[in-house]
Amino acid sequence: MDYDLIVPYIPNLRRYARALVGDRDGADDLVQDTLERAVRKFHLWRPGDLRAWLFSIMHNVFVNQLKARRIPTDMEIDELIAAPASSVSGEDVRDLQRALNGLAAEQREVLLLVALEDMSYADVSRTLGIPMGTVMSRLSRGRERLRRALDREPAKAGLKVVS
Amino acid sequence: MSEHDDARLKALLKKHFDPVVTEPIPARMYLRRPPWIGYARAAMLVAAGLAMGLALPLLRPPAAPALSAGGAPFALRAARAHAVYAPEVRHPVEVDATQQDHLVKWLSKRVGVALKIPVLAAEGFELLGGRLLPGPEGPVAQFMYQDGAGKRLTLYASKPNRAESLTAFRFVREGPVSVFYWIDRECGYALSGELDRATLTRIATSVYKQLEP
Repeated sequence: MDYDLIVPYIPNLRRYARALVGDRDGADDLVQDTLERAVRKFHLWRPGDLRAWLFSIMHNVFVNQLKARRIPTDMEIDELIAAPASSVSGEDVRDLQRALNGLAAEQREVLLLVALEDMSYADVSRTLGIPMGTVMSRLSRGRERLRRALDREPAKAGLKVVS
Repeated sequence: MSEHDDARLKALLKKHFDPVVTEPIPARMYLRRPPWIGYARAAMLVAAGLAMGLALPLLRPPAAPALSAGGAPFALRAARAHAVYAPEVRHPVEVDATQQDHLVKWLSKRVGVALKIPVLAAEGFELLGGRLLPGPEGPVAQFMYQDGAGKRLTLYASKPNRAESLTAFRFVREGPVSVFYWIDRECGYALSGELDRATLTRIATSVYKQLEP
């Protein structure tokens, strides 16, 4: 029963991971690790918000992956983790991904949970284990930064990514 | 003024990443399960075929709101049943409220519990009717109510599943659907609706009082 409860969330987890990590294989590895951990820890889940629980597991796995690569999560250069994927097609997609990768990982998480998962500030706060105030400040900084990156991009070839 | 305001940013992100939702799920995500799941799965495949049938339509279309908050299995099933039938325009129920006596007798007999239909007129909701649904351990009854504005509520009732423990009043959200549920020795009830928590609590309290004298 456990796994069948989780399966319906796989598409959402993949969508979020794809945007967070940037390349398909890296994202699916993150999803895979998250699912395995969720199944192992399922006895710890108490009936409640299963989505928030799964995304919080993904957050922990993601943070551990960043640590394993010795890249501090608060560093503003995440291009290293998520080199624009060759599998992504279309110049604008690459621009968006590059702009996203220019955000600090912690800003990217908040921004994507709100934009893709329609999470409320309270959901994000619970999922990432951070105070609401932090959710809001990361969101506004993340939006601002992404906006600036995208506004700078339009149609110019060989543009430079925010560093 | 940036052309990328908050709503546009969101739309841009959704446009680029929503297609991931409909990509086929890689097989490895199904296969690497602990061994005990193999046994559970064999049983599930048979028993839950119908339940999955309910879940899949929610999963497939990218336009549909993504499945969100989970809940206990019972509440989750109730929320899904609500999501499937509440939007029905022409066939929201199998038996409508004009045949209320028949409806109660029929569903009580099939579910195996002496069901009662709570009156929610004081809350502004009138009974539309009910239907029979498949559940993991037998038939389930769903009663549907509607208010003057067309907002719908469903009451989901089944015999308690042996695997699920008894529980007092609980609240969960499954996407836009809020669910109040309680499971006693005789029957499990879940009241679902796209309502705020305070409103649903008030109505659920009324339902509870009428069902559990």
